[in-house]
Amino acid sequence: MNARLPSRQEQPYIFSVRQLTQYLRGLIERDAALRDVRVRGEISNCRCFDSGHIYFTLKDEASQLDCVLFREEAALQDFVPRQGLKVVARGRLTIYERRGQYQLVVSELKADGIGALWLAFEALKKKLDAEGLFRPDRKRPLPRFLERVALVTSTDGAVLHDFVTISRARWPALSILVVPALVTGEAAAPGIVRALALAQAQPGVQAIVLARGGGSLEELWAFNTEAVARAIAGCGVPVVSAIGHETDYTISDFVADVRAPTPTAAAMLLAPDRAQVMSQVATWRQRASRALSRRLAMAERELSLLSSRRVIAQPLTLLNEAQQGLDDLAASAKQAIGALLQARADSAAAVHGRLTALNPASILARGYAIVERMPDRVLVRSVTQFAQGDEADIKLHDGRASCRITHTRKEEHEQG
Amino acid sequence: MNKDSKKPPDPTFEKALERLEEIVARLEQGEEGLDRAVGLFEEGMKLFRHCERRLKEARGKIEKLVEGAEGAHAEPMAPEELGGE
Repeated sequence: MNARLPSRQEQPYIFSVRQLTQYLRGLIERDAALRDVRVRGEISNCRCFDSGHIYFTLKDEASQLDCVLFREEAALQDFVPRQGLKVVARGRLTIYERRGQYQLVVSELKADGIGALWLAFEALKKKLDAEGLFRPDRKRPLPRFLERVALVTSTDGAVLHDFVTISRARWPALSILVVPALVTGEAAAPGIVRALALAQAQPGVQAIVLARGGGSLEELWAFNTEAVARAIAGCGVPVVSAIGHETDYTISDFVADVRAPTPTAAAMLLAPDRAQVMSQVATWRQRASRALSRRLAMAERELSLLSSRRVIAQPLTLLNEAQQGLDDLAASAKQAIGALLQARADSAAAVHGRLTALNPASILARGYAIVERMPDRVLVRSVTQFAQGDEADIKLHDGRASCRITHTRKEEHEQG
Repeated sequence: MNKDSKKPPDPTFEKALERLEEIVARLEQGEEGLDRAVGLFEEGMKLFRHCERRLKEARGKIEKLVEGAEGAHAEPMAPEELGGE
């Protein structure tokens, strides 16, 4: 035996590539453990084909595994695999012979860790959106100048400090009621719900700011819970959400009446800039003064116009009847035109001008009346012109009234 | 600073500003009678003084809601309680 040359049969066996691949495939597929295996990893390089099959790679820090989710199985999954999702994939291991690559034929995909959070986020968002909780017409506007707001947030951390400092600097009149709440961890969601209820029950609270500094999706999770979302939606006063950084969106942001990108932005939103408002008020004050000056000047022009024109149009007889109301009119004109006309009122010419401007119609409109005795239509200037039982015709600005004199009483001091 | 808890029946600041804006607009339109214009102006001046006083003097309170056996109540907050760096 030893002396024999090695025969051809004793040469090492040479596989074809296909044979070797098939051999390995057999090994893998016969292995009970690999027929139903669960693998945890993150989806990357995900490709969906028109055929309906989905190919992706599961990877962790060290390795990667090719996976295929055939159309039939893909249709059964709760979600469509996509880049970055952490999952636990269940399936059987096999070898794809044409490429000599081993792969997992996936039968079931479950979201894992943060992946599960994302899916829960999306499911809740979809649900509440369908209920209409995000509708723009549900959003209540904030009063422009708030007097008292409640700030629901953690008492440690920079949010409280920043919010108070910024709003104080801008609008010192704003009262802030801090309602402490845990904003991270398991207890956060019920704590926030309770704090919101307490906050809105406090007297004078016009709006609630729900604030938290930045954090991971897990750290911000309380703001993505249904309990918190519903508490915000059911709040009796407008709620401003100010959670995390500008790029963080939570369910609370969608439900809130106003979303501030950060707690700092919320402070600027709620506390107007005092300097700006002051200059606005000063501008208005100037404008009001200017407008009144113009109005007074206009009145002056009107008056001079009237005194030059009406005098021609008015029959003198009517002036006599108007005499009684003159003092009254002069007084009210003086009062209305004020100091501007004071000088004019003092001059005889002005008195004459105003006198001639007396229009009986406007005097009647002030509540005076012209009384005529009937049936002879004698104008009555004194009660002595009346006897009991006389009929009289009273002319008011909008018509006439007939009456009968039941008695007269002369008052001696009312001479002239 | 007026620390009375019973405030005089001041209009709220927002209402006062709204009214002011309206008064300015109406005066500028110049369609009011003279009596009315003077009246509006006087009302406006009162509101201006009110608003300016509020702007200069008003200081809100910073409080913290504290829960006790008797329920929740607001307590003044000391500056050092605000934390921050």
